[in-house]
Amino acid sequence: MKKDYSVWSLFRQGLAHNEGWDPAWRSAEPKPSYDVVIVGGGGHGLATAYYLAKVHGVRNIAVVEKGYLGGGNTARNTTIVRSNYLWDEAALLYEHALKLWEGLTEDINFNVMFSQRGVFNLGHTLQDMRDIERRVNANNLNGIDAMALTAAEVKQRIPLIDISKSARYPILGASFQPRGGVARHDAVAWGFARAASRHGVDIIENCEVTAMDIADGRIKGLETTRGPIKAEKVGCVAAGHSSVLARMAGIRMPIESHPLQAFVSESLKPVLDTVVMSNAVHGYLSQSDKGELVIGAGIDHFNSYAQRGSPHVIEHTAAAIIELFPMFSRVRMNRQWGGIVDTTPDACPIISKTKVRGLYFNCGWGTGGFKATPGSGHVFAHTIAHDQPHPLNVAFDLNRFHTGHLIDEHGAAGVAH
Amino acid sequence: MFVLKCPFCQEAREEEEFAYGGEAFIARPDDPDKTDDAAWGDYLFMRKNPKGWHWEMWSHATGCRKFFVVKRHTATHAIAGAWTLAEGRKVYDAEGGAA
Repeated sequence: MKKDYSVWSLFRQGLAHNEGWDPAWRSAEPKPSYDVVIVGGGGHGLATAYYLAKVHGVRNIAVVEKGYLGGGNTARNTTIVRSNYLWDEAALLYEHALKLWEGLTEDINFNVMFSQRGVFNLGHTLQDMRDIERRVNANNLNGIDAMALTAAEVKQRIPLIDISKSARYPILGASFQPRGGVARHDAVAWGFARAASRHGVDIIENCEVTAMDIADGRIKGLETTRGPIKAEKVGCVAAGHSSVLARMAGIRMPIESHPLQAFVSESLKPVLDTVVMSNAVHGYLSQSDKGELVIGAGIDHFNSYAQRGSPHVIEHTAAAIIELFPMFSRVRMNRQWGGIVDTTPDACPIISKTKVRGLYFNCGWGTGGFKATPGSGHVFAHTIAHDQPHPLNVAFDLNRFHTGHLIDEHGAAGVAH
Repeated sequence: MFVLKCPFCQEAREEEEFAYGGEAFIARPDDPDKTDDAAWGDYLFMRKNPKGWHWEMWSHATGCRKFFVVKRHTATHAIAGAWTLAEGRKVYDAEGGAA
């Protein structure tokens, strides 16, 4: 068991020229068999492994990751955390995650730099404002902090924003969730990896699943690029590649994979101390602790597994940001990244058992999975350990696409798609 | 971003002129009233979403506005061709795509 991180360990290591740090986690070799194998070493997969070990006492767990840890969507998103969803099912799931975020740094002994700087969802039309009013009320009924603000109140909190009437899409107001904010995304990947590793979870990188061994309607194991691995249970948390894994098991998914882009500017002095999102002009941004503007874009509408987005999507997003903040028109962009997201018809995730016994899927988070990382892992671990969904993810079963009980969050929850 | 050739206009134009129409050749159940929930849900929501060659519909939204089919590779964005729906269906069936 590695030592806890603390002020004292930082001080001691500082005196010793920082040469005594242990690696944060063990990169393991695959063993022949495990009780549970999690496919996908992103935030949700690592969180699942961590809660399986910590809450449910499962001891023999592996996380297999086809690339390297922190090389995918988990560490390349716009880091926004909020829970102001309209429908009860979604609101309670994301609020569960937000409550876990609030204690996560202590829980996993890793500073995920969760900063509750508030999230604004702007309204630009009368209908936007009615929807905001409705969503704020729904949030309050679910015990989620939310308030509706006028344009003047928005301007008071965000002095740089353009609320002039002459704007193409004038800002009429916003919803505001004070407890929303941002977290450092790579710290989330590393922190969960370290915490899982400390509980004995094997993290196996560069290990791609190529086939599933299924007999008598039950999962027996996986074929991987690093050899076969037997498993009692398998949880798939593979984001954009979920359809590819599902096909190996003969399961159809209501998922389409799309590229989603994020980009980051050069570092500026502090100019924006909160998170601003707008569905109407379609952009969202915050400023990182390093001073970069972190900007989110829309998806490319065609199906794609190419980890790159189209330039015209960047152009649209840049236009949206400049519409809100004219003074950013001369800011230069430093980096851009495209990841593959798994979108569902109702913009809600699938956290579910499948027709194959012992095989579980956690996917369909689309463009907004990062905010749910701890909550997703927590309920998915429960689903795997008990072979029964947690009360919070009953509604997110795969069968809702056959029963018709969709949770239609598209456009309803400030979901920017 | 890529260039598509509209089989109606016979013009190669940038993707921004076109609107994506999703997976092609999804057959609507003949008699919805006699279709069970599973088959109807499959028809409405389940998609192949392959990592590889994908038959998909596009509409020439800012041109002739007609729908046509494209065979495109989802990992490389290579385009094998674009056809009218009827012509594309023949190629698709010849490949065994409907199986």
